[in-house]
Amino acid sequence: MTLDSLISWINSAVIFGTVIMFGSVGEILTEKSGNLNLGVPGVMYLGGVASIAGAHFYENYTDDPNKVICLIIALISGIIASALGGLIYSFLTITLRANQNVTGLTLTIFGSGMANFFGGSLNKLSGGVGQISVLTTSAAFRTKIPWVSSAFGRISEIFFNYNWMVYLAIIITIAADYFLYKTRTGLNLRAIGENPATADAAGIDVARYKYLATCTGCAISGLGGIFYVMCYIKGTWENSGTIEALGWLAVALVIFTMWRPINAIWGSYLFGACFWLNIYMPSSISQYISTILRVKQITHLQNIYKMLPYVVTIIVLIIVSLRNKKENQGPAALGLSYFREER
Amino acid sequence: MSISENSNTNAQQSRNNMDENKQGIEEIPVSNVKSGAPKVKEPFLRITKRDFTPFTIASCIRALGILIALILSALFIVCITDLNPIKVYISMFSGAFGTATRTWITIRDVMFLLCISVGLAPAFKMRFWNIGAEGQVLMGGLVSAACMIYLNILPTNILLLLMFVVSAIAGALWGLLPAIFKAKWNTNETLFTLMMNYVAIQTVEYFVDIWDKKNSHSVGQINPDTMAGWFPSAFGMKYFYNVVIVVILTVLVYIYLKYTKHGYEIAVVGESINTAKYAGINVRRVIIRTMLLSGAICGLAGFIEVAGISHTISKSTAGGLGFTAIIVAWLSKFNTLAMAAASLLIVFLDRGAVQIATDFGLNEYASEIIMSIILFFILGSEFFINYRLIFRRRKRKGAEVNDA
Repeated sequence: MTLDSLISWINSAVIFGTVIMFGSVGEILTEKSGNLNLGVPGVMYLGGVASIAGAHFYENYTDDPNKVICLIIALISGIIASALGGLIYSFLTITLRANQNVTGLTLTIFGSGMANFFGGSLNKLSGGVGQISVLTTSAAFRTKIPWVSSAFGRISEIFFNYNWMVYLAIIITIAADYFLYKTRTGLNLRAIGENPATADAAGIDVARYKYLATCTGCAISGLGGIFYVMCYIKGTWENSGTIEALGWLAVALVIFTMWRPINAIWGSYLFGACFWLNIYMPSSISQYISTILRVKQITHLQNIYKMLPYVVTIIVLIIVSLRNKKENQGPAALGLSYFREER
Repeated sequence: MSISENSNTNAQQSRNNMDENKQGIEEIPVSNVKSGAPKVKEPFLRITKRDFTPFTIASCIRALGILIALILSALFIVCITDLNPIKVYISMFSGAFGTATRTWITIRDVMFLLCISVGLAPAFKMRFWNIGAEGQVLMGGLVSAACMIYLNILPTNILLLLMFVVSAIAGALWGLLPAIFKAKWNTNETLFTLMMNYVAIQTVEYFVDIWDKKNSHSVGQINPDTMAGWFPSAFGMKYFYNVVIVVILTVLVYIYLKYTKHGYEIAVVGESINTAKYAGINVRRVIIRTMLLSGAICGLAGFIEVAGISHTISKSTAGGLGFTAIIVAWLSKFNTLAMAAASLLIVFLDRGAVQIATDFGLNEYASEIIMSIILFFILGSEFFINYRLIFRRRKRKGAEVNDA
């Protein structure tokens, strides 16, 4: 395996990992408040499609679209749409105490429906032909940090050769970890996830915290959708269901990180590396594995490689429950609606 | 601060009630006399749990929810397309029941969805959140397809019987793994079963690649000439056996959950694991047994899909219906007979929306939007079935009249 292919493997893994890092950090924040939001794929869909729709209308509206305005419009519309998705979920599960699993799955259907409907037919509805594409906005999103991205040779290629959203993801992740584990508000939030009745007795406004955590979490997850649309598939739209698969991977990553945002940084890159394993795995190793597993053709191995992130997640889930250490477990009240008078 | 007048059996709850009633008594003179005493402001809106909601009222609330959802969906359609929403709904109906063929396709899809939902019913009743139906269906379908490919020399009856058995076993085993870990170490079953779906999808992809002879990443119809392992049509009905198997399963599971000792144990474990333990129920055994059953029925759904509908296997064999079935199972409150109605609603929306898509040049994903809006409203309406709202404006007497 050459150094070049190793570097391009790392680059692909980081880009892929950033999508699910956004998704899972948002979900960690939500789950820490005791809301198991299975609507992450839907929220990512909403963020993605709203950003491309906003950018599309702006780029069609002016002849000479300004990159900064493109960015702002795409980001704001995407974040608002995904936070609204979170608001639907919050209203149903917190105020109306609906079942979280079912509400989350419905949100996923809703997001996927909205996104694929508008993403697939937006251009047609606004009188254009062919697929929607927002080149200027996508270029703005894929801006790399000037100078640093090429100044240090190989080191730049590995660490600084990414667009700014990759670093935003890392910053948000660290901020989320700091917020959850180092601030008073974060402690309150975790208390609600562990035992809402106790938190309520301690004078914490459970409903307000849950609403805010869920909507903020969804907005962060939505950034994953924006990143996917603008950077990963470069400002176009495809009705392929990839976002949904990535959204579930983000849910898997939450377990993998054992609800610590900081672990999501390396965890997401590891998942990304697993995803691209079938392309970058040296053929000699693949050959060796395929003889052990008695796989007839090496290309068939790719399905086994793609299984890895999920298998690893299951193993982590099992190990966490076997060791039964309090700090590694998910929030104790995860998935349960809270009603003050039901104790 | 709300006043709950419901009679609770739980000692802690009734103590809690007493406390709150005391506060309520203190509140009444304040609001009636309106003196200068320190006022405890009564909140604008109070929520209390209903003891019991008559079936008619519950149905009315649900119907109202669906009606509002349909109106909202109609508004959505008008805003997007300027089409007459009534026409769109008529077109949906014709899409689902317009011709004999369409009706049969609707029935076929209802049966498939119903089968998965029925499979989920025992697990959900036990409050075991089996999100893994998708994977269990796929594994059932996968072994059925394997039988069709490797054992196609067997007589059809024996082959079908064999497929029936092995698909149930495969689904059961796929459900068994999370159940064991849940029973022994309380591993989170929602997340475990969710991950198992993707392992199943990749397993299917792997075998599709192996069985694929034309490098097209699909298996194609299995045994198109001999039709070995296909459901034969009976009484001139192509999907006769699909209907028979699913109807029998639905009734059996209904009886199992409602009238057997096992069903009772499932209900007790679902209500409270501690109660079950005190009552001497072996909770671990119930969890494992129920998940075996749940997985087996989901595996059978895969068998029905492969042998009776598509005659092929791919990662979209379950087609996301494993997730839709969760919603169906939950909407029907785990009553398998009500699931038939819920499945019909969902399939009707789906088939109808495909028709809208072709009739009006819309994107077929409109169905998902309409479906999810309706589901959101049904989910929301459950709240008004289980809880009662009391507004401040009403005088206390008025509120009591309302209670009665």
